[in-house]
Amino acid sequence: MNAVLPHLPALQVVVPLIGAILAAFLRRGNFAFTLTLAVSAILPFISGALLWQVLTGGPISYAMGGWAPPIGIEYRVDLLSAFVLMLISVVGVVIIPFAHRSVASEIDASKQAWFYCMYLLCLTGLLGITITGDAFNAFVFLEVSSLATYVLIAMGRDRRALLAAFQYLIIGTIGATLYVIGVGFLYLLTGSLNMVDVAQRLAAVEPDQMRTVITALAFITVGVSLKLALFPLHVWLPNAYAYAPSWVTVFLAATATKVAIYLLVRYLFSIFGVAVNLQALPVGEIIIALSLAAMFIASFVAVFETNLKRMLAYSSVAQIGYITLGIGLANQAGLTGGLVHIVNHAFMKAALFLALGAIVYRIGSARLGDLAGIGRKMPLTMAAFAVAGLGLIGTPGTSGFISKWFLAIGALDRGWWILVPAIMASSMIAFVYVGRVLEMAYLREPSAETARASDPPLSMLLPMLVLAAATVYFGFDTEWTAGIAGKASQALVQGLAR
Amino acid sequence: MQALNNFIAHYNYVITIFLMITGLYIMVARSNMVKKLIGLSIFQTSVYLLYLEPGKILGGTPPIIDKAFTVYSNPLPHVLILTAIVVGVATLALGLALVVRINEAYGSIEEDEIFKKDREQ
Amino acid sequence: MKFDLILRIGTKLILPFVLVFAFYIHFHGDYRPGGGFQGGVIAAGTVFLVAITFGLAAAKRIAPNWLVEFMVPLGVLIFAGAGVAGLLMGKNYLDYSVFSANSATGHELGILIVELGVLITVAGTMTALFYAFVERGR
Repeated sequence: MNAVLPHLPALQVVVPLIGAILAAFLRRGNFAFTLTLAVSAILPFISGALLWQVLTGGPISYAMGGWAPPIGIEYRVDLLSAFVLMLISVVGVVIIPFAHRSVASEIDASKQAWFYCMYLLCLTGLLGITITGDAFNAFVFLEVSSLATYVLIAMGRDRRALLAAFQYLIIGTIGATLYVIGVGFLYLLTGSLNMVDVAQRLAAVEPDQMRTVITALAFITVGVSLKLALFPLHVWLPNAYAYAPSWVTVFLAATATKVAIYLLVRYLFSIFGVAVNLQALPVGEIIIALSLAAMFIASFVAVFETNLKRMLAYSSVAQIGYITLGIGLANQAGLTGGLVHIVNHAFMKAALFLALGAIVYRIGSARLGDLAGIGRKMPLTMAAFAVAGLGLIGTPGTSGFISKWFLAIGALDRGWWILVPAIMASSMIAFVYVGRVLEMAYLREPSAETARASDPPLSMLLPMLVLAAATVYFGFDTEWTAGIAGKASQALVQGLAR
Repeated sequence: MQALNNFIAHYNYVITIFLMITGLYIMVARSNMVKKLIGLSIFQTSVYLLYLEPGKILGGTPPIIDKAFTVYSNPLPHVLILTAIVVGVATLALGLALVVRINEAYGSIEEDEIFKKDREQ
Repeated sequence: MKFDLILRIGTKLILPFVLVFAFYIHFHGDYRPGGGFQGGVIAAGTVFLVAITFGLAAAKRIAPNWLVEFMVPLGVLIFAGAGVAGLLMGKNYLDYSVFSANSATGHELGILIVELGVLITVAGTMTALFYAFVERGR
């Protein structure tokens, strides 16, 4: 055990990478699925051990290839990254049992092994972005995960999936390239790519070089915002979520945008925030304004959407607005709210998309009109949907309430009480679009189509029930979500330059 | 005059920015998907220039240690951009593959025509 | 081009040299311009050349689909495996000094192994791309 412990940061990325390579060798989808299952089962242990190490012993630094930072690539695990790593690994292992049948019903048998290969590569990329302490390495992992994501989306059955993948490819590459331009400016200015080192050297730049710092900040913020679908840079997201294979949508909604949010927090708080007094620039204000726009406009669009996958996708844009609202507030409670909502939203949105995936598996449609009376025929599936939907609204007793509670406190701390009614009003819109589905599912007579439906097999049912239960559980016990998020945000906010 | 001098002295950055804007403009303004990918490629290439230009040090030799030389060019940007080029090639290849598939599925690679076909469905 | 004698014989003559050149580029990559990426593309070029002169069927006899699809992950496995070797020997991931008693030689050897992986993957990927585009619309 002592031999393995110091190498956990590398293993966190290497295990899924090797898994992806082996999956490419396996020609049979079933073998590849078993392999993916095994890899997914290992990852939470690695990230759990990392989280435990960070909680007890402080940040971990791992020198890739034995080259000491800042010259070599450093894998750096602090509380924030351990928190996000844990989220990705846990979501990965909870949702993977669902994949077997869902993927088998949507992907050609000959392509299934490649599908799992791409999924594991995507996972590698996402974990890599989170764990790396090197700005350029983060770009490489960003592209690894993005390229795999484009392929996964294009595997959808509808031909519009190809179009969605292409649009995402164009926008995603622009985002990644803008990010790399920003990193380029930082490198020109500081001569370093190591995030910690860059932050230290930025603090020492001459006042007349501030223009370059701000340019880099602008490029990186916009580039990463494209990836995390901050309103109005979200146009790629609804189509990508709607036409990707059901299970891919679950995975992307729960993890991909969350990792981009992590990157944004990392840059705003650990790199630029440490060096520059961001309060002097309207960064927070701009992010808050865009977040509010996302919370209202995207929610409104969701109300009128009849394709439920698109509806949930717009709801994701709105919920990302809550997270970025917390980031924009940039105080202890606000940031805690944002970070805790990363986890809470990942769990509830994964449960919602899983329920929807199960419905698609049974009746082959995700249109609202086709769901009449499905609550009576698929009671457990719709129960999971309803619970996670209540979490989305932010009902007390669900995890969504906790996030909004912290956000409201953050807004009051900042002295912007007007945000509190705004958060509540936006929750009301969420109530409308979730309620519309529940009304259709429970209060209508089953149609001929839905009458034949029934709850899916256990392997598909279990993941969504676990996630729905987590939505309730984390509404009461917040030690593992808000507790860690609070510690992480405390460290981040304290590091900010005043 | 000062501005003009600045402009000429930094001609490499002018070229970089020109390419950057050209690429972005093509991606936004053209609806032909292959042209969009060409724009994307130009956009990425401009970033390669952005990194490589400062890596060249006047009078510097390739970074192979030798007693005869004291000034070396910075090799790190080259390594970074080699990686970025590979990423760019992979993106371009995937994009073109998607365009081929889109052309097979829709019979067109003009975005506005494809949107029209989707709406008619 | 079935009956074009000069092209057919010329291709056959040139093929071994192209392949040798690919490996030359690869092995000199550690201290001269070159490396696995460029070498891989040139190696894949031999398959393209055969396909253009003798037809796709002849190219597939040299590099059948299963081989190409095997090469793509194999190269990455070599790359990742070189890193894991460091882990197994008690050093950090990707630490190539384990390949030899002398750290510098170890790194040189490590780079060569990694570049070999790159060569295999790139050659496989290029050929797979070529096949994919040639076979479309048939």
